[in-house]
Amino acid sequence: MNEPVVTLDHGSGGRKTAELIRELMLPAFDNPALSALGDGAALDLAGPLVFSTDSFVVQPLFFPGGDIGKLAVCGTVNDLAMCGGIPRCLSLGMILEEGFPLSDLERIVASVARTAREAEVQIVTGDTKVVERGRGDGVYLNTSGIGTLACPGLTPDAIRPGDRVLISGALGDHGAAVMMARNGFAGGDALRSDCRPLHRLARAAWEAGGVRVLRDPTRGGVATTLNEFTEGRTFSIELEEDALPIHPPVRTACDLLGLDPLYCANEGKLLAVCAPERAEAVLAALRALPGGEEAAEIGRVTERYPGRVVLHNFLGVGRVLGVLTGAQLPRIC
Amino acid sequence: MPSESAFRRPEGTERLAAALTGMEVPETRLMEVCGTHTMAIARAGLKRLLPANVTLLSGPGCPVCVTPAGEVDRILRLAREPGVTVVTYGDLMRVPGSRPDRTLARCRAEGADVRWVYSPMDALEIARDCPEREVVFLGVGFETTAPGTALTVLEAERRGLKNFSLLSLLKLTPPALRALLARPGARVDGFLCPGHVATVIGAEAFRFLPEEYGLPAVVAGFEPGDLLAALCALLRQVRDGAPRLENEYLRAVAPEGNSTACALMERVLEPVDARWRGLGEIPASGLRLREAWRAFDAGERFALGPAEEGAEPARCRCGEVICGECGPEDCPLFARACTPETPVGPCMVSGEGACAAAYRYRGLTDGEEAER
Repeated sequence: MNEPVVTLDHGSGGRKTAELIRELMLPAFDNPALSALGDGAALDLAGPLVFSTDSFVVQPLFFPGGDIGKLAVCGTVNDLAMCGGIPRCLSLGMILEEGFPLSDLERIVASVARTAREAEVQIVTGDTKVVERGRGDGVYLNTSGIGTLACPGLTPDAIRPGDRVLISGALGDHGAAVMMARNGFAGGDALRSDCRPLHRLARAAWEAGGVRVLRDPTRGGVATTLNEFTEGRTFSIELEEDALPIHPPVRTACDLLGLDPLYCANEGKLLAVCAPERAEAVLAALRALPGGEEAAEIGRVTERYPGRVVLHNFLGVGRVLGVLTGAQLPRIC
Repeated sequence: MPSESAFRRPEGTERLAAALTGMEVPETRLMEVCGTHTMAIARAGLKRLLPANVTLLSGPGCPVCVTPAGEVDRILRLAREPGVTVVTYGDLMRVPGSRPDRTLARCRAEGADVRWVYSPMDALEIARDCPEREVVFLGVGFETTAPGTALTVLEAERRGLKNFSLLSLLKLTPPALRALLARPGARVDGFLCPGHVATVIGAEAFRFLPEEYGLPAVVAGFEPGDLLAALCALLRQVRDGAPRLENEYLRAVAPEGNSTACALMERVLEPVDARWRGLGEIPASGLRLREAWRAFDAGERFALGPAEEGAEPARCRCGEVICGECGPEDCPLFARACTPETPVGPCMVSGEGACAAAYRYRGLTDGEEAER
């Protein structure tokens, strides 16, 4: 077999690097800022801006519903959107392992390009390094992103008792899909990562009005994110277990793996806290968009259990939902 | 994948919950002896639905928890042997031996080759892919995992894998229950019998509880509806003073169990005296490879010798928690020095441990619940 693979020369900065950029990157990410091939990109953006960065080490690199390339774009785009920003441009850093099949690299680059188009951002600058075989794990990616701030003041400090807690769709799809794929269990088509850009959903939410804070509950899941809202504050968040949208295959996978969907990573879900009188409008706006069809109200902000997140089950028993502890969920993003 | 959702909340579950709460019984101490029950009960908050004078204790049902510190020390020694790859279920990674800072996870961070898997068969793939290494699978578990472990050894033999071996820490449930009941001051008024174990060895394996000890025994499933039905059945027996064996997990458990699994276990493994955390040495309560498969015994291959008396961590009360002699909250370390991030004892580490369950699924206090 003589499959073309990544070699140390691809990261040398010399001819092979230039070839990789010219033949693989430029056609995929075609835009004027990148095509100038300077040491960086000159951008024409008016402030105020939002800025975020994220690194990606997921295993496996390709999983049902996505891959490391799609994840890398969504991760940073979603962070920008949750800050109230409209994502504009991204950088892409790649650390490749010697021997990595070029065909897989092409698939990842194509996925980055496709997702960037979907997220309406441009890849304006990038970097490639190659490490010796055995010193990496195929591919690591980093993306940093800049967006223009459209909805300032989104913060947990704005949350008030009486507010509603909304989620744009079902819990735990990404964590369950990756963990099942990692362990070689066939989940079939039933179990797919929810990985997707959230910029349109975020914008729809804040345009509907009354939104206090937005967050995408990635690592640690919904329970951990809600704890970040309540920690050290005087309000509590109370959830109704029956109201939580969870796809049956995710529930089954979690039972099998000993995981809890409330603590499973999401890569395409938006958690919003909003004023009670705007809850229906925000839900309607979310449900009108792709990826928001299953949006639901899952809980309320109260004053009963200051600083805590409490889950009530169908038997009327409440329990405290703490932050993620002890669970072993490495390398899911 | 069959879904359990139909059993998660069958019709009438709320009625069952009300019936449980309203049950009039004398002061009663029940015990569940399966770590998965411990977690399921805590998760659904079922203890809050018991009548006020009924206590539900966790027994020796978490395989990692009952593995004593000395045994963990032996595993850690093995992991540090050059050329050895240790393959384990995830739970064992963070269980400390007699020193709280020594765990498999720590050994791995220091360079030992430790891998975690969901199935023992994965260890065979690792052995095939790493022919230059000695791959040792840590067989932890009860009757539930024993058949799969036995099958793995047979498969290793069939594939001629010379670099695979098993360190058996497998344990048997009924001898542990007998040992528990023989302890001075032991007081359990009824057992919620382990559903998964019973699928293998059969509901009949627990008939000795009513017949020899006069204790109610109900085999239970794992959904809130299953557990509520089983708890109601147990309390009915207590109330009526009519102890017997009941099977409330009929969809999975046959009276005689799974004969194929039992035959497999019987063929490859034999009972051996074993040491349990909390309960000490119990005759014929462990399983080891029979003579014909002794070549796959890691203990012999690496001349490990018996597990030493390894001291349990100072002030840790896991031993008593496992015997139902104290609850997690009675331990001075619980949620203070001992948390899932910095576990001192195994009951806080394992996904099936009583302390981890109590920590993760903290309920509301009575006052807080009433406020609602």
